[in-house]
Amino acid sequence: MAFLQMEGVHKYFGENHVLRGVDLVVERHQVVCLIGASGCGKSTLLRCINALEPISDGLIRIDGNRVSGTGVDLNDLRADVGIVFQSFNLFPHMTVLDNVILAPMKVLKRKKAAATSIGMDLLQRVGLAEKADEYPDRLSGGQQQRVAIVRALAMDPRVLLLDEITSALDPELVAEVLNIVRELAADGMTMMLATHEMGFAREVSSKVCFVHEGVIHEEGPPELIFGDPQRERTQAFLKRIVDAGRL
Amino acid sequence: MTENIQLVVPAATRRAPRVLTYRAASVLSLLFPFTGIFALLASLKAGRLSKSGDLEAARESGERAREWCWYSLGYGLLAYFVVFMVLLFTAQNGALANVYFDDVIFNREAWDSLLKGFWINIQIFVVAEILVLIWALVVALLRLLPGKACAPIRFVAAAYTDLFRSIPAILVLYLIVYGLQKAQLPLLDSLDVQDFCVIALVLVYGAYVSEVYRAGIQSIHWSQFAAARSLGLSYGQSMRFVVVPQAVRRIIPPLLNDFIGLQKDTALVSAVGILEVLGRARFINNSQATFTGYTMAALLFIAITIPQARAAEWLIKRDQSRTRAG
Repeated sequence: MAFLQMEGVHKYFGENHVLRGVDLVVERHQVVCLIGASGCGKSTLLRCINALEPISDGLIRIDGNRVSGTGVDLNDLRADVGIVFQSFNLFPHMTVLDNVILAPMKVLKRKKAAATSIGMDLLQRVGLAEKADEYPDRLSGGQQQRVAIVRALAMDPRVLLLDEITSALDPELVAEVLNIVRELAADGMTMMLATHEMGFAREVSSKVCFVHEGVIHEEGPPELIFGDPQRERTQAFLKRIVDAGRL
Repeated sequence: MTENIQLVVPAATRRAPRVLTYRAASVLSLLFPFTGIFALLASLKAGRLSKSGDLEAARESGERAREWCWYSLGYGLLAYFVVFMVLLFTAQNGALANVYFDDVIFNREAWDSLLKGFWINIQIFVVAEILVLIWALVVALLRLLPGKACAPIRFVAAAYTDLFRSIPAILVLYLIVYGLQKAQLPLLDSLDVQDFCVIALVLVYGAYVSEVYRAGIQSIHWSQFAAARSLGLSYGQSMRFVVVPQAVRRIIPPLLNDFIGLQKDTALVSAVGILEVLGRARFINNSQATFTGYTMAALLFIAITIPQARAAEWLIKRDQSRTRAG
């Protein structure tokens, strides 16, 4: 049974039909990259999975259980599905460590000592243990994004959604964030990434989905999508990327 | 060739200083002679230099003249204001000063009496402020509840705010104090007049402050709420741990504004027969044939307000230096 499944998912924002029937399967330990032009629906798709946006039609399943529509405990769902945002969205009034341990304490009901020890381990892993007592606004963009990843990981999510997590970073800070994603992939974390880093998508993903006008226009292993795309739109998109020197 | 080079010289370095403007301005600034003299000297020098063709030095002198003119304006206005006030208070052998500051201001007993009254004001506003902080947050949160099901709650919260912001505080005081006393409801029986005054002030200022809270909460970017929810925190937890703490930091200045308003409005309770500071000031005025009692009461309010303003500024600065970059 597939780990995560989307069946005919539609999403309207008022009149605006953003997702127009998305079908997608993600297996355990897969890294799925969503590529496509800005505004094609990549971010919306991710935000629908953890119900930050309710879907208008269709079905989303995790482990075969329906997690969309009514009668779903959204707090439980979100504790299972971590998301990291383009703009970090750390809580500026809390220290780095408090950012990390808030949800484990309040949602998972972990004791402060236990949450702190897990949080410090994770911060150590991303090389930010010494910043634990610092406030987010005093960190660089790359450091903030690493903290945001740790904050999501501290909840022990079963799948991690990464929504263009390097798009707001200065170019020289991108690598430090991508390295962490690389390590997570190697550890077998199930992930979905919306990204503009084509080289990275090609290297790290087990499946690439080209999203166009609210549907998954073409999907396949990265060698195929980047090396020999079958459909015209995909070819045109990738040609623009290559012309811009981004691949 | 040379013509071309002249064309690329920036206009600013070719321009003669506006000697006339400087001179006119510095003559005007002589109204405040101390810095006006400097302005005039500098503008005269600018004129001389301009005539002799040393435009660069002339522009520099002109710049100095301009600066002295601004000093004349800034300090001159203050000086004239001070002079005006001194004249006002010393006119007719200090008639006005005698009204506001006569010997009663040195009267120990009068101060003791006023302080005794002021203690009641302090009691009232301290209790009222604590209650307002809680009550107004509740109202604001109710008014921000999402979903169609909560529409009636939102409506009631909005109606309360509208109602109590539109009725004058003194009227609310009359309505609550005399109205509730008249009704003689079983539970409210045990409350005295001062308690009713606190209730009235909490109702009035709760309405104001709930709007301050609401604006503060709405000023927190929705992405903060989304981030909290995405971690599995409930609506209430997201509000409590993420949104409201940030909102409260932001609303300290307007909150202090309303609290100062509340503190001053405690003087209204003298209208329902409580002998607080204003009532005592009136008594002093009547019994000692003076007007200075009011001045003394005013001084007491000033004395508690200014430290609060500085303390709030310090609080904000401390928080910013901790959490912000740089």
